[in-house]
Amino acid sequence: MRLTHIVSAFAFGLILGAGLVLSGMADPGRVKAFLDITGAWNPSLALVMGGAIAVAAPAFALARRRNIAPRGCGIADDKQATPRLILGAALFGLGWGLSGICPGPGLVLLGYGARRALIFAATMVIGARLAALFTPPDDP
Amino acid sequence: MSIVIEPAVLEDALAGGVLIGIATAGLLLVNGRIAGISGIMAGATGGQSRLWQWAFLLGLVAAGIAAAPLGYALPAALSRQPLSVLALAGLLVGFGTRLGNGCTSGHGVCGIAQLNPRSMLATGIFMLVAGLTVFVTRHLLGHG
Repeated sequence: MRLTHIVSAFAFGLILGAGLVLSGMADPGRVKAFLDITGAWNPSLALVMGGAIAVAAPAFALARRRNIAPRGCGIADDKQATPRLILGAALFGLGWGLSGICPGPGLVLLGYGARRALIFAATMVIGARLAALFTPPDDP
Repeated sequence: MSIVIEPAVLEDALAGGVLIGIATAGLLLVNGRIAGISGIMAGATGGQSRLWQWAFLLGLVAAGIAAAPLGYALPAALSRQPLSVLALAGLLVGFGTRLGNGCTSGHGVCGIAQLNPRSMLATGIFMLVAGLTVFVTRHLLGHG
């Protein structure tokens, strides 16, 4: 692993975190307002995913042309909907709906130094470790 | 129901989304990695962690450290949540994203950007369940 890759990973983490703060994704109140379509619905966060996908999609197309085979979650060789995928997504949705916090914002909020953010981040890591006990290891 | 539209908020949401897209594209083209945050977090805290994973996560945390001095205060909605709910939610988010092999970034952005059917299904499920959860807690139970 070259040093430049470590520096670039930090920079991209910082940019992604800045995007989460600016967009409102790191604000659990805004996230719940987006999820609350029967209440006072605030649809602004749909633009976050839309904007991110609009920029990321050409990059994935370019990576394919350059034969870069990326590694990490979200990449699946098989196209099947497994019970594991469905159950995992549902449990994640339950946690996201309860708190208004998904993993990226959980780490950004940790940077604020708030005790509640520390509790969320710590239990999130514990939950991930528990899942690793039941499931085969993923591609590192 | 009512729909709340604030133009300045929409601009920031779009700009923030573009930043997330740039970071995703950068990690893909420079590092050859998918910016799936739950996967990177699980990798870093697992048995075979890599330095780049910790560097990426540190970047996310650093954004939070820099946010308050730049005028983005700690969201008030966080302080209103009971500790027990946050702990349960954290467990569910950590467990569910590993079981389902991705979160909002891995499935919702990277997967959909590749038109991956599994990711589209996962994103539909977690958004639906999250929406139902908010409906039940907010409108039926009167919390949150």
